Amino acid sequence: MSEAKRRLAGWDGIIILLTVAVLVVASLTVPTFGNGRNVTFLILDLLPIVLVALPMTMIVVTGEIDLSVASTLGLTSSIMGYLWNRGMAIETIIPLCLVAGALLGAFNGFLVTGLGLPSLAVTIGTLALYRGLAFVVLGDGAVADFPWNYTGWVTGTLGGGRVPHVLILIVSLALIFGVVQHGTPFGRSLYAIGANAQAAHFSGIRVARTKFWLYVVSGAVAGLVGVLWTLRYSSARADNGSGLELAVVAAVLLGGVSIFGGKGSLPGVLAGVVLLTALQNALRLEDVSGQALNIVTGALLVLSVLLPNLATAIRGAWQRRKLRQAAAQ
Amino acid sequence: MLRSRQLLAGTAATLLVFGAAACGGTTKNNSSDTGSPAPTAASANPNAPLKSGLKIAYLPKQLNNPYSDVETSGGKAAVGELKGEYKLVGPNDASASSQVSYINTLIQQQQDVIVIAANDPNAVCPSLNQARQAKIKIVSFDSDASKDCRDVFINQATTEGIGESLVKMASEQAGGSGEIAILSATPNATNQNAWIDVAKQTLKKPEYSKLKLVKIAYGNDDDQKSFQEAQGLLQSYPNLKVIVAPTTVGIAAAARYVSSSSYKGKVAITGLGLPNQMREYVKDGTVKKFALWNPADIGYLAAYAGAALASGQITGAEGEKFTAGKLGEYTIGKDGEIVLGPPTEFTDANIDQFNF
Repeated sequence: MSEAKRRLAGWDGIIILLTVAVLVVASLTVPTFGNGRNVTFLILDLLPIVLVALPMTMIVVTGEIDLSVASTLGLTSSIMGYLWNRGMAIETIIPLCLVAGALLGAFNGFLVTGLGLPSLAVTIGTLALYRGLAFVVLGDGAVADFPWNYTGWVTGTLGGGRVPHVLILIVSLALIFGVVQHGTPFGRSLYAIGANAQAAHFSGIRVARTKFWLYVVSGAVAGLVGVLWTLRYSSARADNGSGLELAVVAAVLLGGVSIFGGKGSLPGVLAGVVLLTALQNALRLEDVSGQALNIVTGALLVLSVLLPNLATAIRGAWQRRKLRQAAAQ
Repeated sequence: MLRSRQLLAGTAATLLVFGAAACGGTTKNNSSDTGSPAPTAASANPNAPLKSGLKIAYLPKQLNNPYSDVETSGGKAAVGELKGEYKLVGPNDASASSQVSYINTLIQQQQDVIVIAANDPNAVCPSLNQARQAKIKIVSFDSDASKDCRDVFINQATTEGIGESLVKMASEQAGGSGEIAILSATPNATNQNAWIDVAKQTLKKPEYSKLKLVKIAYGNDDDQKSFQEAQGLLQSYPNLKVIVAPTTVGIAAAARYVSSSSYKGKVAITGLGLPNQMREYVKDGTVKKFALWNPADIGYLAAYAGAALASGQITGAEGEKFTAGKLGEYTIGKDGEIVLGPPTEFTDANIDQFNF
């Protein structure tokens, strides 16, 4: 089987088809779903999830996780508000926020690779730590007077049409991450690490160094999203983005990335993000309540973990039966 | 080596995208226009009839909060009177940005009026202005959105109104003279401190000259601490006539202490409380009178204000008048504020009409 065919037959293929199906059905049945303004809203809604999911996919493929992303976002948002209040220029603040995000990621990376601690525990710890620091930096208040040419750019569209500016950012970053993950030796090494870190180490892959840099990139992207979030809502707050890590991990798993590492593709994850956001958007337009939305998202996530495992189990049982029959003859 | 270089290059590229913009130097001090452009108001026609069939949507801070349930129930009743379509949507969490998706949805659904209690006055602004560009009227209640992204704000009560009402009730129950004490929330609670400041000013008026404020105690809006503080006040000031608690936690705790002590009937408790929490103390005679704005009226007034806006009777400018059903006539104040009125006073005679 060719690579493309194998992929289509796998879980990520199913998710891509399902996403297309949801988009088609929603456009046909929900009157306002397909119109230009809603597409703009949809893209703005999926912006933070999709950007954070790019490095998260790589991290989960290596068998690790980064749950601190939303708190990194909140802390960079706080830092942004703090520096703005101190009179620093926004053009200086934005790169500083990305560096701050990268440093926060590097701290995660150091704890995971330098000290060899489990990433789940480390990033749950920094999830609380970074969020706490965010409140130390900015307190309960909000900073809101960011310049209109920046906040307007984030929510604005190309030439006043229906294509939001941020779509350029999403597409270019997705392309960069997609090429690195699926078209370079580095990308292949992530799968090797996830499948068997020890074997990867003995075949010459620098496992620790690779993971360390993945956390740095994850932190930097979370910092970038912190900036975008702050500008989109014109509001720097310590509680910005809380709970986002769950939406990201849900989308990554839904997209067919194995939580145990070694498996998954970026197109699948992108489809997972679109599926989750589009479904929520369409159901909301149909006046489905927030609680019911949570039920749908939760059920989808459980199914996405359950179904591939079930399929593997059934296939395994089928093969064992065939083997037994062959042995009996 | 190549691998980490590639990653570094990726990070650097992202940094550069933004670094490239780093030559202008926009700071807090030199960026003058910080708000998104608000649509300009049309002129009002006070005689325009109220339209029927208006789609009025309520977006409280979060769903399933008992207090906002009462507010929106008033809205539902008003929308019924107006023969409009009532809708209630809202997030499950009261976070700053979760309301934005709901506003966007309401824009898509072409509502006529959005009645919102903003979780963050600024985070909802760009979306609210998009809604206004789509000819949707915005009424804020409970907690205001930034004033350049809504048409009117329903203010439950002014600081002056609450402060004066607290002194008036204390004076009534002290019989016009004697020692009173305040049992507040935390020492830095913004609302409570503003009310207490007004109360202190009001006490300087000649008609209240025989009242003496002996102490301000802080129960930190914690039931047990408030209970102990009430106890402490009564022991330290044997001549105390009234405890005024401008917080629902404080008044309930103080009433509970007094109702089970020998001070019952000798020391009066008043302030701001919830009828459901205070009912038993009103029934057993511990509390004669307390006050609070009526949350159902807030939602009710918001619906009529929204309908008046959508019908062109008002535009949100200062001095415009409209009639809000059973509540009567209202005049829009400065910055598009509509004040509900003096707080509702609850006594043994009327408390059973309220359930919140």
